[in-house]
Amino acid sequence: MSDSTPKDGLAVSRRAFLKTFGTSAAVAATAQVEAVAQELAKANAEKVYGPGTVPITLNVNGKPLKLEVEPRVTLLEALRNHSNLTGAKEVCDRATCGACTVLLDDMPIYSCSKLAIEAQGHAITTVEGLAQNGKLSNVQQAFVEKDALMCGYCTPGFVMSVTGLLKKNPHPTAEQVKQACSGNLCRCGTYPRVMQAALQAAGVNVSSTTEVISYAKLA
Amino acid sequence: MPSWPEKRTLIGSRVKRIDGPAKVTGAAKYPSDVQPEGWLYGMILRSKWPKARVTKIDLEKALKVPGIKAAVTARDGERTVRYYGEELAAVAGTTKQACLDALRVIEVEAKPLPFVVREEDAKEESSPRVWDDTPNLSKPGLNEKGDVDKAFGECATVVEGFYTTPVQLHHPLETHGNTVSWTDEGLTAWSSTQGISSVRDGFAGNLKLQHSQVRVISEYMGGGFGSKFGQGVEGSLAARLSHDAKAPVRIMLTRFDEALAVGNRPSSFQKIKLGATADGKLHAFELESYGTAGIGAGGSSEGGGGGAGFPAPYIYRVPNTRVRQSSVNVNAGSARAFRAPGHPTSSYGMESIMDELAVKMGVDPVELRLKNDPSEVRRKEYQLGAERFGWKEKYKKPGSSPGPIKTGVGCAGATWGGGGGGTQAEAQINPDGSIEIRCGTQDLGTGCRTLIAVIAAELLGLQPEQITVRIGDTQFPPSGGSGGSTTTASVSPAIYDVCTKALQELQTQTGIADARGANWTAACKKLGVNPLTVSGRWQQGLSSSGAGGVQFAEVEVDTETGFVKVKKITCIQDGGLIVNKLTAESQVNGGIIMGIGYALYEERIMDRLSGVVLNPNFETYKLPALADMPEFDVVLLDMPERGVIGIGEPVTIPTASAVANAVANALGVRVSSLPITPQRVLDALGKKAESVPAAAAKPQA
Repeated sequence: MSDSTPKDGLAVSRRAFLKTFGTSAAVAATAQVEAVAQELAKANAEKVYGPGTVPITLNVNGKPLKLEVEPRVTLLEALRNHSNLTGAKEVCDRATCGACTVLLDDMPIYSCSKLAIEAQGHAITTVEGLAQNGKLSNVQQAFVEKDALMCGYCTPGFVMSVTGLLKKNPHPTAEQVKQACSGNLCRCGTYPRVMQAALQAAGVNVSSTTEVISYAKLA
Repeated sequence: MPSWPEKRTLIGSRVKRIDGPAKVTGAAKYPSDVQPEGWLYGMILRSKWPKARVTKIDLEKALKVPGIKAAVTARDGERTVRYYGEELAAVAGTTKQACLDALRVIEVEAKPLPFVVREEDAKEESSPRVWDDTPNLSKPGLNEKGDVDKAFGECATVVEGFYTTPVQLHHPLETHGNTVSWTDEGLTAWSSTQGISSVRDGFAGNLKLQHSQVRVISEYMGGGFGSKFGQGVEGSLAARLSHDAKAPVRIMLTRFDEALAVGNRPSSFQKIKLGATADGKLHAFELESYGTAGIGAGGSSEGGGGGAGFPAPYIYRVPNTRVRQSSVNVNAGSARAFRAPGHPTSSYGMESIMDELAVKMGVDPVELRLKNDPSEVRRKEYQLGAERFGWKEKYKKPGSSPGPIKTGVGCAGATWGGGGGGTQAEAQINPDGSIEIRCGTQDLGTGCRTLIAVIAAELLGLQPEQITVRIGDTQFPPSGGSGGSTTTASVSPAIYDVCTKALQELQTQTGIADARGANWTAACKKLGVNPLTVSGRWQQGLSSSGAGGVQFAEVEVDTETGFVKVKKITCIQDGGLIVNKLTAESQVNGGIIMGIGYALYEERIMDRLSGVVLNPNFETYKLPALADMPEFDVVLLDMPERGVIGIGEPVTIPTASAVANAVANALGVRVSSLPITPQRVLDALGKKAESVPAAAAKPQA
């Protein structure tokens, strides 16, 4: 929807550029390449970002967040280092672990792999934005009840992935939970409980399979 | 002698983590999250050479990068670096981007030197030495009992095997690091650590400060698994940068750095020979092994050694044994203690050869263990586990599973010491009825904070939410590092003691005979203006050491792709008095999952030509994920009469061994190296195919 619309402050979005120039460049004769380059230069000349800082406004948890950051600053860095929203964690910084997951217009994304300037004009939800008036969201509550967290460093990412899933699909199957969390890693080993928490948040009644047996009563 | 209450309502129940809400809302502030006024970002420049003589490091251009406030070298003067990733210099600046730019313009003059990164190469006398004055391969430690050679002659069955295990990386999700503020008043460090006291001592020693001048805070931390007992080179660098820049500095390592320089589990190459007499009793054992702990054993060895040795013949008692173990240095980062140091490595070799023996003798592997395992607890666990798992129905002759996707089962046992001591704690009871417990321990994600609340609430007749637990600060009464599964056994008795004394004192001062529960608020009110503060310490009789455990694994192996899927793990674990079932179960799950990683996925891979770590990220160093989870059947054996015992480590030990045995059972041929990758499965199957026509030529083999 908004993909081809130039973002607030950006003269031309990446997709719009590809649409305009990319396809035509692919079929262009050599002579036309020069023309394309000139068009590109013109488009960029209208507004060049960086290398210094630029003012940006992010819409985070329903509030505007005004920052001065270099264009190369990621959304994750903007949240963690340029403001105090440290709920999203930096673990791999290359889109493999999911600890930095936030919602962008309700879609879970890796905030380590999105530039802050690109995130303008979207509704960003971080883990800090889920609880309302001090009341945990269903997903958060289920994570606490099922003990779907240990050291807690991956937890915000899992909470956001599950939240994103339930927004799209309020009654997922276990397979769909696996799919939704396939981009999140945990080192303490909370996975079985994350599954239970996700299903519980979706209204499925799940109980632990663990048993405690008295040694004294063993034969 | 003190004892736990006979009738327990909270202890042994399922109590939600009291810090759960903070962790699911992002309110929990980790050392990587804290932002003291004016804080700077810090980054480290690392050696790109596996070995080099560094003659000059020029920081001048780095200091001129806009935003950069300080730059330091890791050491003064000429030096030799011995692995790819060793620290050279560090910078601090107002943004990460400034630091990235500054690292790029630091000029390093160095002369590359010959190096060696693979164990098989390094042990050859002709290879370059890691340390000039010492051979790479250490002189083997010899441990001999009985007459081994004669004993093998007395055996009815003898099996031999060669097993290897990889260098495994800790990869806690919060990387190593600290936020440090060093001023004339002293040093405050927010450290991602499992030992605030050892980090304080480390800072003090490294920076020539008094212990009293250093305060270490670790309110939350994102995992350690044995690798986070010291402030690290990164901590000392952050401190020096803070001193120079006159501002707090945060250095958290990158994921890339994490694979190079902050510890690992040593590899192993194990040649094993095991013999049993006709009645199935183990009679003779011989092991020759080597492995690498990188450039040398790491200093952080709480909870176990940092070297490449391991216990053998592990949990079994064999009358005649000969064990020869050595370590081999390579140009790679040092080993550090890693969850149950030595044990998973040892277990894999020993339990593999046990299954080989069972197969050759034609006996059921569980039966062989029941006959030879010296622990009565574990024997009972095998019986209970076999029943729950359906072992008798599931265990088939190796390789007899039909079709291209083969199923198999395996089992293995474990032991761990644990135990505890030394912890102190204090309680402050306020006139308004609120209570605060302070203890200088730390919560690695094990649920230690909640455990304190559970015990205090039990003894005072309150609810866990009513207890304010303050931990993770060296200003609180001391406790030890969280290693060796000692935290629960160290902390619980001190909390018992301080709460028992506080209650007595409250009752004496107020004249209320029983101040617990319903009487609590009224009693506290009678205190008047001043709160009551009481100290307590660890007491004998409330905790003990020694935990066993057995696990059973069921796997599916696709013989066309080599892919292994763990279908089910049954775990029977003893752990004394279980304080909080909910968090104890999480620990068990976590241990099993880490064991699955060791079994199937995890291996640091070094490039012999360039000397670099080839998989310093999560795309190529694989961790288990949610979709890899098997069905779990976990049983905790309650033994309250033994007091509190830690279980974090024993639960990770037998998983890989059980999985490996299950894979061997499925295939009818053993993959004798961890991790059991698809390639290794296919290789093993290839060997099997060859061995059919080669059977005639067997005597030559």
